Amino acid sequence: MTLTKTTLGALAASTILAGAAAAQTELSLWYHGAGNEVESNILNTVIDDFNAAQSDWTVAVESFPQQSYNDSVVASALAGNLPCILDVDGPVMPNWAWAGYLQPLPISQEAIDGHLDSTIGRWDGEIYSVGLWDAAVALYTRASTMDALGLRTPTLEEPWTREEFMAALDAAKASGNYDYALDLGTAWTGEWYPYAYSPFLQSFGGDIVDRSTYDTAEGALNGDAAIEFGEWWQSLFVDGYAPGTSQDPADRDTGFIEGKYAFSWNGNWAAATTLDGVDDVVFLPAPDFGNGPIIGAGSWQFGVSSACEHPEGAAAFVEHALQDKYLAAFSDGIGLIPATKDAAQMTEKYADGGPLAVFFGLSEEQSLVRPVSPGYVVAAKVFEKALSDIANGADVADTLDAAVDEINDDIETNQGYGH
Amino acid sequence: MSSKLTRSNRAGWVFALPGFSLLFLFIIVPFFFAFWLSLTNQRLVSPNPTEFIGLKNYQDLLSISVITLEPERTEAGEVVRDADGEIEYPRVRTITRSDEFPQYRGMQEWFRWQSGDTAKVVVASDVVFMKALVNTLTFALFIVPLQGGGALLLALLINQKLRGINAYRTIYFMPVVISIVVISLLWRFIYSGDEGLLNNILSALTFGAFSPVDWLGNTDTALGSIIAMSAWQAMGFHMVIWLAGLQSISPTLYEAASIEGASKWQTFRYVTWPGLRNTAVLVLIVITMQSFAVFAQVDVMTNGGPLDSTQTLVFQTVERGYGKQDISGGATISVILFLMVLLISAVQAFLTRERT
Repeated sequence: MTLTKTTLGALAASTILAGAAAAQTELSLWYHGAGNEVESNILNTVIDDFNAAQSDWTVAVESFPQQSYNDSVVASALAGNLPCILDVDGPVMPNWAWAGYLQPLPISQEAIDGHLDSTIGRWDGEIYSVGLWDAAVALYTRASTMDALGLRTPTLEEPWTREEFMAALDAAKASGNYDYALDLGTAWTGEWYPYAYSPFLQSFGGDIVDRSTYDTAEGALNGDAAIEFGEWWQSLFVDGYAPGTSQDPADRDTGFIEGKYAFSWNGNWAAATTLDGVDDVVFLPAPDFGNGPIIGAGSWQFGVSSACEHPEGAAAFVEHALQDKYLAAFSDGIGLIPATKDAAQMTEKYADGGPLAVFFGLSEEQSLVRPVSPGYVVAAKVFEKALSDIANGADVADTLDAAVDEINDDIETNQGYGH
Repeated sequence: MSSKLTRSNRAGWVFALPGFSLLFLFIIVPFFFAFWLSLTNQRLVSPNPTEFIGLKNYQDLLSISVITLEPERTEAGEVVRDADGEIEYPRVRTITRSDEFPQYRGMQEWFRWQSGDTAKVVVASDVVFMKALVNTLTFALFIVPLQGGGALLLALLINQKLRGINAYRTIYFMPVVISIVVISLLWRFIYSGDEGLLNNILSALTFGAFSPVDWLGNTDTALGSIIAMSAWQAMGFHMVIWLAGLQSISPTLYEAASIEGASKWQTFRYVTWPGLRNTAVLVLIVITMQSFAVFAQVDVMTNGGPLDSTQTLVFQTVERGYGKQDISGGATISVILFLMVLLISAVQAFLTRERT
């Protein structure tokens, strides 16, 4: 009898416990940061705090390496295995929304009030994703280099013109102290090419696609401005200012710190390491090639998949993650721009007077998101190949024509991509 | 249907069923599916319904045309020449992007040659595919003698009865065991233009007379570098096949040859080589078929290479089908690849058939 009573008691207790646990719905979250310890730790803190702060939802995270993240999501969408919350790269979001992987994120307006525009992912009039940070690109150099070469320091209000920029590269090349004057990061194939180099094209007056209609790239990618950009781009390699497409990835990571390069065009996620390795690094704004100085915008954002039955849970998680303290933590950890000014004040680098504070202003004023279109996924690959080929000596006009043809064919095959 | 195979082997069939069904599901079905996909406009990711478009994919891939360009002439009718003395021609884009010639819309120049004063330009609607085709054929053409011949040489070397010969056999076979991706990564560093091992060795051997070459970044050397590396990697595998063939030659023939006073070369030519006929046919066919599937090396080392010099068919299939989400385009390339390999294998089988 005693045994039965104990067993019954234990059964009852475990059922109650299980019942309590079952009341918390599990939401799966996929993140692209596998291998990045700092990022993973901060994210785990956010998740643990969220799970502890309320009893409706439990978030469980699965991390993927960044290189294979997009492919994994596409494969799982085809298999019908999408998680509830997922991480999506800003410019890829329209493609996933159009394809039906994402559903609109039911997030409240107060939660995103005051956030940088480029951190809100909108498609077809709906908000699909919100990001905790934005990324920017700047020209890294040393204050000592600027002095030694006798160059004017450009500011946000008065950036370098094209002539000043080329004169700076000439001076660096002539000094003979560097392997190459400019490190563009051609070793980083993939999304870096459109993210970092299409702002140059836009500053010349061209663009990847025509943003008024999004149904053609003719005139934008192969017009006069674009051809001028292409010829300038080719000259950087032909005239020996920058290492070519076979740059060693190791050189990209440490070349500037070791002094191989005078200038380096790099994202602010590399700022932390560079600040450690170089005493007098300065971050200069992008040059103005005629159409205003422009840098890229739009980074990883959280969205809810169409397979999720609890979008309100996902929205609750995202609102929780958008608190200023977490924005500041991510910013301190990975060096990217926090989404709000208040969070910026809480960080080491982006607070007023901090070494990277200028980027907050840059991001607000000069950033331009990549084309907001489902067709971006293909356009990005075509653009990357075109720039690679031009860097390797291909004919500029023909290469840009071929790129335009491919992008236009793709848009036509997809019946306009829902624009 | 009640042959000996099926009648007394029911248990065998039951055991084989899981394997067969997996093979069927993952190889046979996609095989036929690819034919179907190539006739549609199926995308990997798309809310648009799939449409049947017939042979349009093949047309887009395989259309080529020849344009004749007249040289630029001055008012007086003289041919205009540029600073190097070369004849100046109008740019191809004035023809392919003009409304007068709608049939050339969307085509790009593949290559050109000069006949007299006029230039003949071959334009293709998919130049990257054409380059991939040529590169793949070139790869196959060079790797068969290199890998097959090299493997034969190694097999002859280790067919001797020396002490420790098994150690050499293991050493030569080791590259085969290592994943091709790992080998590609390693060789990427070896071929590196700045401080790569190959450049350093050649420089040391020539006492500094050799200037470093960017092996993978140069359009002339990129494909050759990949060919050399691929041949080295798989040589061990075919060495073992050749070895099996060598050891099946009766030693009495060798004794007879040495009694007759044959030289090493004569022994090889009249005793060894005829005995290796069947092995040679096998090695030839296997290497040819494997060489058409070259993908991992390109994906890891050069991504299609400087100016498409290392583009290959399978790489384009993956890039198109998965990267650019055009799965029907990728399927079209794979169907063309299949037909090509079938044709070449049939020709090889015909040329090497037993003539009795």
